[in-house]
Amino acid sequence: MDLHLTNDAPNAAERAAVDCALADSGFDPEAQHREAAREGRVAVAGHAARAHRHLLLPVLHAIQERVGWISPGALNYACERLTVPPTDAYGVATFYALFSVQPRPPVVAHVCDDIACLTQGADNLCAELTQRYGPAGSTGAEEAATWHHSPCLGMCEQGPAAMVTVAGERPATTVLAHTDTAEVVGQLSSAGGVNGSGTETAPVRSVPQAGSQGLRLLRRIGRSDPDDLASYRGNGGYAALARAFDLGPDQVVREVAASKLLGRGGAAFPAGVKWQAVAAAAARPHYMVCNADESEPGTFKDRVIMEEDPFAVVETMTIAGFATGCEKGYIYLRGEYPLALERIENALSQARAAGLLGDSIMGQGVSFDIEIRRGAGAYICGEETALFNSIEGYRGEPRNKPPYPTEVGLFGKPTLVNNVETLINVLDIVLDGGDTFAAIGTEQSTGMKLFCLSGHVARPGVYEVPFGTTLRELIDLAGGVAGSGTLQAILLGGAAGSFLSPEELDTPLTFEATRAVGATLGSGVVMLFDETVNMNHVLLRIARFFRDESCGQCVPCRVGTVRQEELLQRLVSERPNGSVDDEIELLNDISQAMRDASICGLGHTASSAIESAISRLGFANGRNH
Amino acid sequence: MFGLGGGTSSYREVEETDVILLWGSNARDTHPIFFHHVLKGVHNGASLFVVDPRRTSSAQWADVWLGVDVGTDIALANAMGREIIVAGLADEEFIAHATSDFEAYREAVEPYTLAYAEEITGVPAESIRATAHTYAKAERAQICWTLGITEHHNAVDNVLGIINLALLTGHVGRYGSGLNPLRGQNNVQGSGDMGALPDRLPGFQHVENTPLRQKFERTWDTVIPAKKGWNLSEMFEAMEMGELTALYVIGENPAQSEADQHRAMKLLQGLDVLVVQDVLMNATAEMADVVLPAAASWCEAEGTVTNSERRVQRVRKAMDPPPGVKDDITILCEVAQEMGGDIGEPIAEDIWNEIRSLSPFHAGMSYARIEQMGGIQWPCYDESHPGEMYLHGRLWQRPVLGPRAPFSPVAFQPPAERLDDQFPIRLTTGRRLDSFNTGVQTAGYTSPLRRGETIDLSPEDGQELGVAEGETVRVLSRRGSVRAPVRFDPSLRPGLAFMTPHFPDDVATNELTIDATDPKSGTAEFKAAAIRVEKIEAAVAQD
Repeated sequence: MDLHLTNDAPNAAERAAVDCALADSGFDPEAQHREAAREGRVAVAGHAARAHRHLLLPVLHAIQERVGWISPGALNYACERLTVPPTDAYGVATFYALFSVQPRPPVVAHVCDDIACLTQGADNLCAELTQRYGPAGSTGAEEAATWHHSPCLGMCEQGPAAMVTVAGERPATTVLAHTDTAEVVGQLSSAGGVNGSGTETAPVRSVPQAGSQGLRLLRRIGRSDPDDLASYRGNGGYAALARAFDLGPDQVVREVAASKLLGRGGAAFPAGVKWQAVAAAAARPHYMVCNADESEPGTFKDRVIMEEDPFAVVETMTIAGFATGCEKGYIYLRGEYPLALERIENALSQARAAGLLGDSIMGQGVSFDIEIRRGAGAYICGEETALFNSIEGYRGEPRNKPPYPTEVGLFGKPTLVNNVETLINVLDIVLDGGDTFAAIGTEQSTGMKLFCLSGHVARPGVYEVPFGTTLRELIDLAGGVAGSGTLQAILLGGAAGSFLSPEELDTPLTFEATRAVGATLGSGVVMLFDETVNMNHVLLRIARFFRDESCGQCVPCRVGTVRQEELLQRLVSERPNGSVDDEIELLNDISQAMRDASICGLGHTASSAIESAISRLGFANGRNH
Repeated sequence: MFGLGGGTSSYREVEETDVILLWGSNARDTHPIFFHHVLKGVHNGASLFVVDPRRTSSAQWADVWLGVDVGTDIALANAMGREIIVAGLADEEFIAHATSDFEAYREAVEPYTLAYAEEITGVPAESIRATAHTYAKAERAQICWTLGITEHHNAVDNVLGIINLALLTGHVGRYGSGLNPLRGQNNVQGSGDMGALPDRLPGFQHVENTPLRQKFERTWDTVIPAKKGWNLSEMFEAMEMGELTALYVIGENPAQSEADQHRAMKLLQGLDVLVVQDVLMNATAEMADVVLPAAASWCEAEGTVTNSERRVQRVRKAMDPPPGVKDDITILCEVAQEMGGDIGEPIAEDIWNEIRSLSPFHAGMSYARIEQMGGIQWPCYDESHPGEMYLHGRLWQRPVLGPRAPFSPVAFQPPAERLDDQFPIRLTTGRRLDSFNTGVQTAGYTSPLRRGETIDLSPEDGQELGVAEGETVRVLSRRGSVRAPVRFDPSLRPGLAFMTPHFPDDVATNELTIDATDPKSGTAEFKAAAIRVEKIEAAVAQD
């Protein structure tokens, strides 16, 4: 590799962070003669190092956590160890919102100002922090801490939310929700005195249905101790894996196909088709990837599953690996989910210790293990091919498709990639059979569905209902409209979804019914806005979100998301170029270009919510002002 | 080697080999086209080992980089050889079948334990061991080298040390295995093939071999001196002794390319007659009594060139030279005419056909066949012969065709100039990607990469000296001193400095280098001088 290393040297802490991360990874080619390497006598790199490019992201995490930012010296040293050109690694480091390549204090509050938290007073929180510290990025008088705006932290049922990261020898990430200015300031000024790596969430808070009869996906929540394998097994855990071994891989794949399970990550692709394709792929090895990069604003169901039922994620990934011939699985976990990380890590180590992961699982001669890869703040990495690039140590930019992941996926190999919720469904499919599963819900939307209720709703949280339940029934289940009590709009499917008007509450929640009305279930977001909400702010926040999160790789999206935000600004400030109709026509043009010519779903859906606000809510046509 | 002056293998074999050992070569920068073949090999899965004091851009591609001390290659090679023998990895069948003098070699390498080699080279014993084992165990392996091996006072010994490894492991004379000196220009190989060597006539036919010489004398109807001539270093010695007083230089710039430039200039100035025939008005031409402006052979003349894989290729004239400029053949024929020897007005193809009649290696290479086959690799004995992809396949035939290949025991000798308190830094020289040698061909072109001449130091040495990047310092050796700006280069370790000869008019790097010369090849030790670097204090800097 042509490295073009720079002369920037790491300090001791940075060197230690990189060395430790590499030693932990098991890839430490120069361990034997570290001194000789430092003296410029020997370097072991080449094929071995290039094959470990995927360690770049964990190494950057290690530097960020240890030092609070990624200095040129630290980056240079990481590059030297991994044989990656610094220019290339800089492109990776600057891709992720949680990494800073500028000096930054060790303590940072990432304050959610996304749309769900907006309904819960996030704007006041930000205003008070601005008063206390100055605008986002300022350090105030102490200079040991700072705060930034953050897109949705996935804590929507408990907003407003903030995440505090503390860099140092013992780094910590703490999520504060429901929080207020005093708590955030307290965390910032304790400057590293914070212990633990996550808040305790009472399951009942996030899952109001917890413990109710008839739950399938959420049935263990509140009953099973998420930290204890024995408790999981006592609640039916690992029966599905045992059953899968009885059925054999081919039959498991057939059951998944028979279940007509559609992907729950937003794209609703038939899971069975993926499973069949990967199982049949000739190239080896196969990889299994669990997409846990839940970043769609308003979505938190996967987080709740991972926090409250982590063993189920491990078990279902194992089944998927077994059925499709994978020996290695990755769970790509959102960087903003410290508690989920802790619990999945614990679940993995307990499963390994119990012979439920590793060589010859349950004595069946089947090998499978799972590695966690943490995201670092990039919505786009939820796109499956961007996720692969991220794992591989590149910028998380989506790839052109085809080839599809089932042929050429992670590390160029056939890859099964499924969302957390999708995978959780597999447990019942294996236990009860695909046909039984397919009998639940509707003809085209089978099984149960998790919805993330947030905003002005009485009891926000994750709800499980069979497909076909109407929006009204779901909102009633959650105690009805809160806030002023008068509903203005519902956002269905997240920022990439659509707004529905209060007149559309009888829409059945199925893939086909929402499609029929020009909406989408997306990732299961149901966000309510009462009539006091200024929708201008909501739409502008959505436009800013897409402009921020566009990876910039392809022009229609990179330019289109900027133009869209500018256009919205003009409409909101009532200074349209030409007439409002001209602007709407232009917006339609921009969104059409993004739909036609962007290579991934981000560009395809970046205008969806905004256009629906115009067509369904009458935004910009006077009704909203 | 083994009687033939050429690399044994084809580029394609480098792409399809299992191990590539790049020794004393920064091919990434200095042989970028050849390095593409290396990269293809690497992408096909070959392991790349690079032996170089600097962690060069080539070394950065390597699976293992061995950062030896300058001039310790024989210690490394002998230790690898000993390790291969001790570990039972030598190809005993090949040794018995095709080589001679193995026992002498075994005895010679016996003292070179891994520990001893570590002490001398600075490279950890374990890395040397791993390299030896990988090389020996490979199904196919190539060793490629360049000036890092040959610009030493013991250049030939260095090469022999490497060749011994190939004999020891049978990595020669087979598809994918071989030994390849990389040539610095498109036709270095061809110049030697055509007899531009002090002891050879075209086709590597030794001038002191009477029947061979007589063959040429008959064809040329003249008498050829029966004794070999001087190499370049010997010519300078002869100038010093007053034995050489007239010099005809074709396509060279010895005024700036020789080690110890100070001495070279003085000797050239002392000549009675200096004639320079060149494409460009270089520094040597500036000193000449007669300058013969020559056409550029790659675009203004017809002919052939021969590349590092021995492939003879046609060069076609694309444009007329400027007025008053003639091609080399015309100039030489006209000079001959003036000197009373009429050799007519041959065109390039006539001369080529004469070479074919005299050099068996080239006999089968008609212009038509060269064109049709996209070049032909020598040897090509007749018009039905396709040429040879690799040399020395004879060593694997039963019985061996021709003489066995001899082991040549060699002993480590440190560079001629040791480091001491006065001159504590080792200066090694080399080329950069965007420039060539003294810049005659390249200085006229701009390059976004070009930074001008610098003295490259390790960042640690820079700190120690209290100098900043870009700061001009004085660089001194026992032979001279130059001023040059500092550049920090993390590919250098403390105590090692690097310069190039690319900008002799700005920084006369060769005023620093030493002309300790290998008696067998005539090459000077450009790669190892002892220097010291001095900060120029502000007051002094203004003078």
